[in-house]
Amino acid sequence: MAERLRDLLGIEELTAQQIAFLLDEAKPFQEFQRHPLKKLATLRGKTVALAFFEASTRTRISFATAASRLGADTMNLQAESSSLKKGESLLDTVRTLDAMKPDCIVMRHGSSGAADFVARHLDIPVINAGDGTHEHPTQALLDALTIRDRRGTMEKLNVTIIGDILHSRVARSNLHLLGKFGCCFTLCGPPMWLPREFECLGKQVRRSSRIEEALEGADVAIVLRVQQERLHEPALPLDEYILLYQLTPERLKLARPDALVLHPGPMIRGLEIDPAVADGPQSCVLEQVTNGLAVRMALLFVMITTGSEADEAKGSAHAAH
Amino acid sequence: MRVVEKTQLMSATEIERTLQRVAHEIVEKSGGTANLALIGIRRRGVPLAQRIARAMHGIERVEVPVGTLDITLYRDDLSKIASHPVLHSSDIPFAMDDKDVLLVDDVLYTGRTARAAMNGLFDLGRPSRVRMAVLIDRGHRELPIEASFIGRSVQTSSREIVEVRLKETDKEERVMLVERVE
Repeated sequence: MAERLRDLLGIEELTAQQIAFLLDEAKPFQEFQRHPLKKLATLRGKTVALAFFEASTRTRISFATAASRLGADTMNLQAESSSLKKGESLLDTVRTLDAMKPDCIVMRHGSSGAADFVARHLDIPVINAGDGTHEHPTQALLDALTIRDRRGTMEKLNVTIIGDILHSRVARSNLHLLGKFGCCFTLCGPPMWLPREFECLGKQVRRSSRIEEALEGADVAIVLRVQQERLHEPALPLDEYILLYQLTPERLKLARPDALVLHPGPMIRGLEIDPAVADGPQSCVLEQVTNGLAVRMALLFVMITTGSEADEAKGSAHAAH
Repeated sequence: MRVVEKTQLMSATEIERTLQRVAHEIVEKSGGTANLALIGIRRRGVPLAQRIARAMHGIERVEVPVGTLDITLYRDDLSKIASHPVLHSSDIPFAMDDKDVLLVDDVLYTGRTARAAMNGLFDLGRPSRVRMAVLIDRGHRELPIEASFIGRSVQTSSREIVEVRLKETDKEERVMLVERVE
């Protein structure tokens, strides 16, 4: 039995057993997306606060849909909201939400460590939907589920990550997760975007600034977007980036013939990824989105139903027939 | 919580004989098996449903489809569990609309599992009829639920637990009455 989760702040502190448990819990929710009536009463009467201090469409819609399909209500805080513009502190904003008694808070923020900070001040579960450049745990979970479904396993694979890894919370969460399952990594991009931090965590990580070399023998290629909004100036002019690092069909052929192509989205066709690859048979981008919904439903289910009532009553595990 | 074994309610042979008899009853009381489908409630309802389907095939040469249903998402007591509830997939390989559904479970007790199972069924469509077959009916209903086909009715107290052990899920095959001891 996997150890109980109270918050989901990052992948780094999870055990392989907890990760496998969450992915297994997502399977029935994958099936659920095909039901004619996509509405459960499991979290009826529960409220999920969506506190997105950083702009997001896909992740926010995914969490909102997950909550709603489980029967829960949502509270929606968005980046452009006036209270933040008026200078309200993060803690005050979150405490205001908390005073309205949500059962869980899903948080995205531009500062690394923000989710952890909030979790230390609140009793309710906190789910990190992306904090600065630190972690984006649900993205790594849905990527792992996609890989496991397509390849049958997520263990001991050769994973190449292409792009601005230095500033990528997606890359960090993926490195932590797949690293716990024995995967080897090649980080590929302009040298100033390839950090050395993972080498001291004992993971099998090598760095390469040549995409051809980086893709040789890869089982999985994770393509990252060039995050222009995060940088004042990118490391290369964009057309040089395209020339050197775009994932084209010819470059993809250097990987294993059954290699998977993942992208956290949104994709910029013609920039980091060739449209033929994005739409090709090896691309998993749409499955990633569907799996994201299943993973988030599983997470909300697991974290909200295991409640304080249970801690008090020390209920028995036997369901009444 | 400790449990102490009190008596054996059914042996392996008795279980098998009972399932055969229940299969005959179902065939007799269904007015035709054309739209009939069995749905086993996880966990132990599943092998029981499969065995009943096989028995019915032996009697009438009919192939009755068998589905499996995990009711965890429909339970009314999720907040009372201390550890994370483990979900399993349901697998219902037929359309629910107009089906003559027979839910199968090992024990019928308060009726809450049956209520949860019906919620699950109705999410998938509109069955023409829903009935229930159980190996053991132990009384103490908390909801207006009944089984149409019962292997054996047993009088129990609420301190007792009826444990159905099947070769597909446990290492042995018998039905035990056990008691909770503080």
